[in-house]
Amino acid sequence: MFRLEFILKKLGQVAVTLFAVATFNFLLFRVLPGDPIRLLARAGRLTPEAIERLRLLFGLDKPLPIQYLYYLNNLLRGELGISMTYRRPVADILSERIANTVLLLAAATVIVVIIGVGSGVISAIRRGTRLDRSLVITSLVFWSLPTFWTGLILIILLGVYLKAFPISGIFTPGVTFSNTLDRLLDVGKHLILPTITLAIVDMGQFMLITRSTLVDVMTEDYILTARAKGLSFRKILWWHGFPNALLPIITTTALYVSLVIGGAIQVETIFSWPGMGRLMYDAVLRRDYPILEASFLLFAATMILANFLSDLFYMIVDPRVREA
Amino acid sequence: MNLNNKPEPPTEKRERRLWEHLWDDSMGRAGLLLLSLIFLISLCGPLIFKFDPKQVAKTAQEILQPPNLQHWLGTDELGRDVFRATLAGSRISLLVGLLATIISIIVGTLVGLAAGYYSGFSGNLLMRITDFFLVLPLLPLIIILAAIFGQSFFITILVIGLTSWPSTARIVRSQVLSLRERQFIERIRALGATDWRLVGVHILPNVLPLIFANTVLVIAGSILAEATLAFLGLGDPVRVSWGTMLHFAFVAGAAGRGAWWYLVPPGVGIVLVVLGFIMTGHTLDTILNPRLRDY
Repeated sequence: MFRLEFILKKLGQVAVTLFAVATFNFLLFRVLPGDPIRLLARAGRLTPEAIERLRLLFGLDKPLPIQYLYYLNNLLRGELGISMTYRRPVADILSERIANTVLLLAAATVIVVIIGVGSGVISAIRRGTRLDRSLVITSLVFWSLPTFWTGLILIILLGVYLKAFPISGIFTPGVTFSNTLDRLLDVGKHLILPTITLAIVDMGQFMLITRSTLVDVMTEDYILTARAKGLSFRKILWWHGFPNALLPIITTTALYVSLVIGGAIQVETIFSWPGMGRLMYDAVLRRDYPILEASFLLFAATMILANFLSDLFYMIVDPRVREA
Repeated sequence: MNLNNKPEPPTEKRERRLWEHLWDDSMGRAGLLLLSLIFLISLCGPLIFKFDPKQVAKTAQEILQPPNLQHWLGTDELGRDVFRATLAGSRISLLVGLLATIISIIVGTLVGLAAGYYSGFSGNLLMRITDFFLVLPLLPLIIILAAIFGQSFFITILVIGLTSWPSTARIVRSQVLSLRERQFIERIRALGATDWRLVGVHILPNVLPLIFANTVLVIAGSILAEATLAFLGLGDPVRVSWGTMLHFAFVAGAAGRGAWWYLVPPGVGIVLVVLGFIMTGHTLDTILNPRLRDY
């Protein structure tokens, strides 16, 4: 069923792109103004001997091409450098944070897919009605909302005035939980506002894409043929329309992942959610370049992986790609 | 066969039709009116209600005041008038958005034209580069570029402009690819037109309506990108945009203190401008893609 050749070709592309991203990343952070050692030492008064030792330790006495090879070698071994502010290996810090971000993005994605695609389908089949128009306008408004601002407004409305949900962190501070269930419930409560914020902002574009592709598909000749055969509208929609509309929606995965990564940075910043996004914001404030470098690499790798998975999924769904 | 007869209607006429269609559509008209209103306010507002960033509070009571008769939209954490600051900020936000868009559209159009017109190695290489930039996550990319190259008005414009062109390049390229195979282009080529003339006089005008629709949406994206970047503390600290205002509000803990008057005005400004551009751009898209229109 799977074309091995197709998968191998895609895997090759993934490898080349990852390599290009790593190189891009290396060059970007080497054009930085200032001496990396001074940044690492942070205004501390170091003796010339200490500076020299650090220089040797980080391989900065070598020419740039050699440094590049060191860098690639370190990447392959999962060594991402040492954070300037936390004074710990970046890889350790990242591994503590990733799960929190994945949890947040997964929760938001479920809502976005269900409500976004659902309302897109409703809007497409009720095309031209008042319902369709109000759904489209709502989506355009949601699309115009800056994620961070939406979060701040929800904090004021639901957090400060109504006191309905906690507005910061992942656990209630200073509480010891008697069992796992209580602990999970507490995390769930803290998850509500960040998830709603992310979902609201990213839902709009998803709904519009679903609507326009489905409208496009439903005006195809084969839909007319299906109607001429006397099939019910339901059958036409779910057997002939929706599967074909699904294909263009799958190809927007990369766009969605980019959107949701950007959203995570903003939402985690506002709600002090201890994930990758908040880590990046703190790293920006303190100019902690090793962390910035590593998080960028990780986000880019996520995008590349998401693209690869959407290609695979496309292949499974579309027989033309599968068999050709 | 009349070779001088242009197969496409003159561009000027087509564009006038585009404007008419836009005005006839209720959403398009709403978008245009909204944008005109905002541009008018942003142009005249700061002249009538001058904002002096150095005029800070002398007493503690003047800080973070809720709206009152003297300060219609309250005061910020330094006791400055939020209403006047919002008017002044509109200019920076709009200017950054528009200038970044100009860079993005020029780069995107040039890359797209070249990638579509030259089918060989160079065209492919350009497309590979475009795809590479498309696979980079946008906000993290903008953040690290701004963090590396510094916080200033022009760097913000450059960073946003030089990262948001790939989607334009893709749209232009696919349109050029289909135009290149059309008969009238082949005829003109047979008459001995140079590449420059062919692209500049015969292909570009036919891509312009699509570029125009795309530009409107790119402006919306650029304004949102600037606001986000500035909110994260990477904006120009002197030329204060709406995003920078919201950054100061966030750092001052306006949300936790319930100071809605400090958060709502700049945010509503961003939403209205972006909504105006998105409504206009969405309508243009629908006009240029008749399948979506015919109901």
